[in-house]
Amino acid sequence: MTYLEIALKCHKIIGGYGEGEALVSHEPICFYLTDPKTGIVREKSHELAGKNLANKVLIFPSGKASSVVQIDGLFKLALHNVAPKAMIVKDVETVLVVSAFMVKVPLVDRLEKDPFEVIRTGDFVKVDAEKGIVTVTKQKA
Amino acid sequence: MYLTREEKRILDGELGEGTQKALELLVAIGDAYDAEKMIPISRAHAASSGQEGDLYFVELLASGGARCRVPTSTNPVYDIKYFDSLFEVPKDEGEVARRVMEAYKRIGAILSWSCIPYMAENIPLYGETVAFSESSATPYVNSVIGAKTNREAAQSALAAGIIGKTPKYGLHIKENRRGTHFVKVETLLKDEFDYTLLGYYVGKRIGYGIPVFSGITRQPSTEEFINFCAMSNVSGAISMFYIPGLTVEASTVEEAFQGDTPKDKISVTDRDLKQACEELQTASGKIDFVMLGCPHYTLKQVEEVARLLNGKKIHKDVAFWLCTSATTRLLAERNGYVDIIEKSGGHVVVDTCIDEPCWIAYKNQVGMTDSPKCAYYRRFKEAIVGRRQDCVEAAVKGKWR
Repeated sequence: MTYLEIALKCHKIIGGYGEGEALVSHEPICFYLTDPKTGIVREKSHELAGKNLANKVLIFPSGKASSVVQIDGLFKLALHNVAPKAMIVKDVETVLVVSAFMVKVPLVDRLEKDPFEVIRTGDFVKVDAEKGIVTVTKQKA
Repeated sequence: MYLTREEKRILDGELGEGTQKALELLVAIGDAYDAEKMIPISRAHAASSGQEGDLYFVELLASGGARCRVPTSTNPVYDIKYFDSLFEVPKDEGEVARRVMEAYKRIGAILSWSCIPYMAENIPLYGETVAFSESSATPYVNSVIGAKTNREAAQSALAAGIIGKTPKYGLHIKENRRGTHFVKVETLLKDEFDYTLLGYYVGKRIGYGIPVFSGITRQPSTEEFINFCAMSNVSGAISMFYIPGLTVEASTVEEAFQGDTPKDKISVTDRDLKQACEELQTASGKIDFVMLGCPHYTLKQVEEVARLLNGKKIHKDVAFWLCTSATTRLLAERNGYVDIIEKSGGHVVVDTCIDEPCWIAYKNQVGMTDSPKCAYYRRFKEAIVGRRQDCVEAAVKGKWR
């Protein structure tokens, strides 16, 4: 089995380092609509419904919902040690920055290539926000 | 982002860990938006709440020695003593609320515990740069007062209050304050409740944006503005709006759009508002409670409730609640309104938000409110939305329709 490693430059918003299996969502995410104890997405109509975001590197377009629920949602996941290890987003807003800051999860945007084209669910992703580098390891068939 | 020597010293921890954390958050937000620098603010409003996330952040900052550098008011949590005397509020929840309120005191905030602080405790001026969280306060401050604030989270507003600065981005930049949607009002807006429905309807239609209204000919009252601001942020995210000629920042529609063309045009008819109203009146029959004051009632609204209730008795099976600020209650007591409401069997409670665990006694009950925002929080089995006079009438009769 061979592996393909791709390194991409990114823009740091919240610093730190996190690595894990990639979980890609094409829809915005509200952390309040996940099970705070397990990290399983409970939002019925969501493409990630039933999937678990615990300890994953989460790739998603943006956050959604009011500031109070979004921040409280991610905070509760972190309390139970089931928050994502890092987050890669396209459109960032104040509430998502605050959420990531509170739980010290690295948050980056502006990858030099479209993350939705490069990264697939199941790839192994390292996010080094301090250095501004995202490394994607893909398994070649 | 450009940082001054003083800001760099704060980030190095020279002014303590609490202040350092506050600025770290502001810098992260600034980085996200490519802000060129920090700009001074003259006041802030932190949308405090009895939630664990809020507790963690305010305690972290307070314990790290941070103190508010500019006047920073607070949102309601709840009057712990009052609720403890009536119900069994879960001990751990009560403890979170107590610690939140204690930490905001330590950090030097104005303990307003009000979601309409711009009415009395912390009033921005026209043109002021501020950081006001609380989604209903943000559009009021931007549009009715004409000060400048972004849509803040409780934590970013608190951090701004501690540093006395905010990153320069979003609504602090003139181009970002231009209108996005043109809204033609084709119906006569008669009272506060019509503005409640207008806010609810427009928020739902537009989602995220800056509506510019035409067809509103009468100057809206303070309370009508408050309702519009609150309800348009229940169904949508409206941090600013224009009624050219009647709000302060633009005198014409063209000026509000800054010469740009609107993204979209919508109209609001009598039928739209009637439909919105029907959508909110989710049930009928026997009620267990009436909940008023979301957002907090002004003195004028408390007076109206007192007038409607004067000499009447609230039905024995109905709990009647009115939430307001400590400041307003003081005046309402002085004017005899509190006495009238209490004699009728109602509660006038201060420092309290509808979205808090103190209401657990009504969790499985059906009630009535004049606020879609109150209904939205889902603290109750059902909250039927109607006009204030309908709520009072239902409270006396014990049923709605």
